[in-house]
Amino acid sequence: MLNRVLKRIAISIPVLVGVVLAIFIMLRIVPGNPVTTMMGEHVNPAVIEKISREMGLDQPLYVQFFRYIANALRGDFGTSYRLNRNVTGIILEAFPNTVKLSLLAAVIAWLIGIVSGIVAAIRQNKLLDRLFMGVSLMGVSMPVFMTALVLQYVFAFKLKWFPVSGFDSFKAMVLPAIALGWNSAGSIARMTRSNLVEVMQNDFIRTARAKGLRENGVIIGHALKNAMLPVVTMMALQLSSMLSGAVLTESVFGVPGIGRLAVNGIETRDMPLLQGTVVFTTILIILGNLIADLLYNVLDPRIREGA
Amino acid sequence: MTDERTGLTRGNREDQEGQMSGETKGFAGVREEGRAAEEDFAGVREEGAAAEDGFVDVREEGTVAAEGFAGVREEGAAAEDGFAGVREEGTAAEESVAAGKRIPDSGEAEAQLGEADTWQDKLRTLVRQNKLAVFSALLILLMILAAVFAPWVAPYDHLAQSLTDRLQDPSAAHWLGTDELGRDVLSRIIFGARISLTVGLLPTLISMAIGTVLGLCAGFYGGKTDFVIMRLADVMLAFPSLLLAMVVMYTMGGGLINIFIALSLVNWAGTARIVRSQTLSLKEKEFVEAARSIGVKKWTIMFRHILPNCLPSLIVLFTLNIPSAILSEASLSFLGIGAQPPSASWGLMVVRGKKYLFSEPWLSIAPSVAIMLVVLAFNFLGDGLRDVLDPYLKEQ
Repeated sequence: MLNRVLKRIAISIPVLVGVVLAIFIMLRIVPGNPVTTMMGEHVNPAVIEKISREMGLDQPLYVQFFRYIANALRGDFGTSYRLNRNVTGIILEAFPNTVKLSLLAAVIAWLIGIVSGIVAAIRQNKLLDRLFMGVSLMGVSMPVFMTALVLQYVFAFKLKWFPVSGFDSFKAMVLPAIALGWNSAGSIARMTRSNLVEVMQNDFIRTARAKGLRENGVIIGHALKNAMLPVVTMMALQLSSMLSGAVLTESVFGVPGIGRLAVNGIETRDMPLLQGTVVFTTILIILGNLIADLLYNVLDPRIREGA
Repeated sequence: MTDERTGLTRGNREDQEGQMSGETKGFAGVREEGRAAEEDFAGVREEGAAAEDGFVDVREEGTVAAEGFAGVREEGAAAEDGFAGVREEGTAAEESVAAGKRIPDSGEAEAQLGEADTWQDKLRTLVRQNKLAVFSALLILLMILAAVFAPWVAPYDHLAQSLTDRLQDPSAAHWLGTDELGRDVLSRIIFGARISLTVGLLPTLISMAIGTVLGLCAGFYGGKTDFVIMRLADVMLAFPSLLLAMVVMYTMGGGLINIFIALSLVNWAGTARIVRSQTLSLKEKEFVEAARSIGVKKWTIMFRHILPNCLPSLIVLFTLNIPSAILSEASLSFLGIGAQPPSASWGLMVVRGKKYLFSEPWLSIAPSVAIMLVVLAFNFLGDGLRDVLDPYLKEQ
């Protein structure tokens, strides 16, 4: 077991380095000197050169890369061009908002997704099943910003139940979280349903029924436990799409989160800021995948005992 | 062949298959596959591509695997020439079983000469059992037609401004109203379909082509090639796709062409993984070994023998990747880093209409609905295709 865990962690490290390297290279092949981009065309070349040297941009790329990695390991993602502040500080300020948003969205997605998935599986091929699966496919197909705009229009503007934007109270978080979670709820529901339907055909379900267990007991005690394993893995995959979706949700509701930072980084051509947010987010996702994998090992007795 | 046929008792559910590229006379490929496949199973199939020299290819198949299953099957679009294709479908006979090919349970299977056509069968099955998928296909066709003939279909020019008519409510003259520059929203949505459909089809095709070639190489060559390609894929998959596309857009700047490039480069990894895993299992099959033994070149084996067997999954994957490309374009344009004004990109229309959400909600809702419809249609179609072509490509 320990071996497996260590091995799994070891696999993540090259991926991590690869990701940072990929972002690093992609952002460096931008035509033009970033300092010129930052300060404008009509600045004294001597000044540009001096600033480039201060920022280490005159060094060869590989030196810059290793310096970036070394600094990043110490938690330093460089200095934002525009805000002239440490990127790490900016990210850490915005991060709690994105975490709150994503966690709340995840809870909503799980509640809606799993419950409707179970109901659909029990009523397989009945009206309710078709209805739920149709709605869930709609959930998957709706662009995140559409859900956000519709919610904003109906519940904030027309009904005035929630504030239109901002993120300072729990009430303000509800709409962005639903907008973000709605999409994932659809895929979780579909996955829960298909797994449960498959598990319900097993012999041990027949045995459980034969020994007189009530149907609820069969589903909760026997079927669900087995059906949920792949769904747990999906949780980690959802993390990735949620952080993507957060970019859009944050933009609609004006949530000061990581996604907004990335968009700002692009709009203001602030390379260190963009680089920092993307690296940070991607590391989170890799860690999330790692945890899900390990969790899977712990949850599945066949793997746990086999190790 | 006759011997094999008389042993038939029971069929199996129709499963994925059906790509013959070449076509050879008198060749028969018996294929067996599958998890629970019994010994007395025999699937006779014609396998065009590998078919030089009347060689016989035996394979086992059949995950659903009824006992004593025997399915003699003819494959191949052009399978004539004295080949017999008998197909028996499970006695449990799911609806999905193709029409008209059922043979009595007795084992006196009669050969049905030269009329089985898997692709047609599968389409027929799709049409019969999944009305929603068919409806979606029609909707997509309609959208494609509208996009192609946009100048004739659209009531107005999508770029013509008329400031006296700005921000009008939907009316008989302007079914979906007008935007802040007095442009007809419906016309813009119709022209926008060109962007969305192209962005859905073209980059998806390119990225899947990249993914397919890399996946084939990784699976077929194994070793270091496999390691390098798959670690590269791991890295690509670790990124949230929208963020990765954003980074590429930062590098290349906004604009539609750059979106095409960004999406083509970003989305190959998923395809590569699936093709690799299929290649891994296919290359152990006898028909590949046979091809190898008669000296067929590696690339020919990869592209003429293995690739056609991956096609059902690839088609399904293609249909399901299109909507995500469309959504990516819409999202990038929505964030202001994709299509630039005055383009009629739906995502751009949504974000420009957002300013007027509370007074003129249709400005952003109408293009959103258009995005949703096209994505939904492709998802329904992809789901339907998966059910008939490739039931084992599980939902991700």
